[in-house]
Amino acid sequence: MDAVSPTKQISSIPTLVVSGLRKVYGSTVAVDDISFELRQNEILGLLGPNGAGKTTTINMILGVLKPTAGAISVDGKDIVHHRSAILERTNFAAVYAPLPGNLTVAQNLRIFGLLYGVSHLTEKIEELLAMFDLTAFRNTKCGVLSSGEQTRVGLAKAFINDPTLLLLDEPTASLDPSKALEIRTLIREFARERSVAILLTSHNMYEVEHICDRVLFLSKGKILLEGDPKLLPQQHGKKTLEELFITVAREPLSLEHVVEPS
Amino acid sequence: MKFSRAYAIVLRYAYLLRGSATRIVPLFAWSVIDIVLWGFITKYLNRVATSEIDFVPMLLGAVLFWDFFTRVMQGVTTTFFEDVWSRNFLNIFSTPMKISEYLTGLVATTTITSTVGLAAMLIMASAAFGLSFFSYGLMFIPFVLVLVLFGIAFGIFACALVLRLGPASEWFIWPIPAILAPFAGVFYPVSTLPEWMQYISRILPASYVFEGMRDVVSHRTVALTPVLIGGGIAILYILLAYWTFSRVYRYAVENGLIARYSAESVG
Repeated sequence: MDAVSPTKQISSIPTLVVSGLRKVYGSTVAVDDISFELRQNEILGLLGPNGAGKTTTINMILGVLKPTAGAISVDGKDIVHHRSAILERTNFAAVYAPLPGNLTVAQNLRIFGLLYGVSHLTEKIEELLAMFDLTAFRNTKCGVLSSGEQTRVGLAKAFINDPTLLLLDEPTASLDPSKALEIRTLIREFARERSVAILLTSHNMYEVEHICDRVLFLSKGKILLEGDPKLLPQQHGKKTLEELFITVAREPLSLEHVVEPS
Repeated sequence: MKFSRAYAIVLRYAYLLRGSATRIVPLFAWSVIDIVLWGFITKYLNRVATSEIDFVPMLLGAVLFWDFFTRVMQGVTTTFFEDVWSRNFLNIFSTPMKISEYLTGLVATTTITSTVGLAAMLIMASAAFGLSFFSYGLMFIPFVLVLVLFGIAFGIFACALVLRLGPASEWFIWPIPAILAPFAGVFYPVSTLPEWMQYISRILPASYVFEGMRDVVSHRTVALTPVLIGGGIAILYILLAYWTFSRVYRYAVENGLIARYSAESVG
């Protein structure tokens, strides 16, 4: 069991509002009219099998992929007209987007700190190096770090601008169980202490159950289920979240009823 | 425009230079090799030619100016390629940085690195072969400025091409200076070219620089207007290149090229 208090106050103020989001590539519908909200202090799990549309959704929220239809707003501002302002307070980490391997850990953090306009950058870098146990690797090029260490550098980059919206695509995928537990604890503390809203994808259902306040199950670009990860399995006649996940992946029709926006 | 973001791009390249000799050497190595080769050619020509022409400022100067243009253009593209090679697009384009700030960073980087290259070439050319940039008088400044602007324009345009076509299209970029050189009249007057090539020369800012340079060296009256026209065309090209890059970037965002940028995924 993670040593993290599960109790916290989730704000009623939505940080992220996604409405009618759709992405079509030719004849392929990657994301199909999804709507959801994410509130301050909340950790929302975006779950689903490979190709369900999770990463496409994250890319649209990050502004690196234009939706075919729908709207995304962060702190009341829409991403189309306020992209730069929104991204100043948004950040992300993904296992498929490591930081440049030809720069050291400290150099990468300084570059991204400047790009995000972080004030007191030197102090911030020191804080993050300590927070993610990276002090010993300060002057090591990221390319020679282990995948777990690279993941921690990516997370340090994601925390550098004290984001109000944090997007984490499989943040603990390359970590050993001990480090994964530490990172989960950090993420959860970060969400509780700093009024951040976190959208997280993971294929580790144990992690999802212990870290997420709410989950959305995506299948073929649609939201299939939504709810408390601790209660959802029983509500759908399953013993565990993993069993529910497998059902979503293999027999989505048995669960299909499109969820209304929260 | 937040200059701290453009500074981040410059700083990134400074870190890369500091950590890698393989990036420092090309800043001046090829240009210096060219200067050595053409330095001896001009020495030989000065010895055997019966005319009064001094080939040092004419041919060696032309090589120096053309290498400088190449350095400026490739300085922009190389800085951009660093993001391609390290597959950094998703990280860098999901920051608050605007396209104008990114391109300003690329331009500032190449301005610094190509100045280093130019200094190395001038030192080599003057120390070993007696080329003095004073032989071009004050016109040296507008000549250099026009070539900087032209190099920046082609550099940004080349970045747009690679962003649109994918990393494998990098090989399109390296030969661009060699393709332009015959039209730019680097080593001979534009009037030497067939008529259809002269039409292309007139839309290349560099051709005005090299025509002007030959006028200076031959002690003919140098008209500033053609050089100004060259500068005007170069500025127009920069605006056109910026517009092209912005359009390609928007296309990449619409079609997911930024999010899944790799040689395999870009069609």
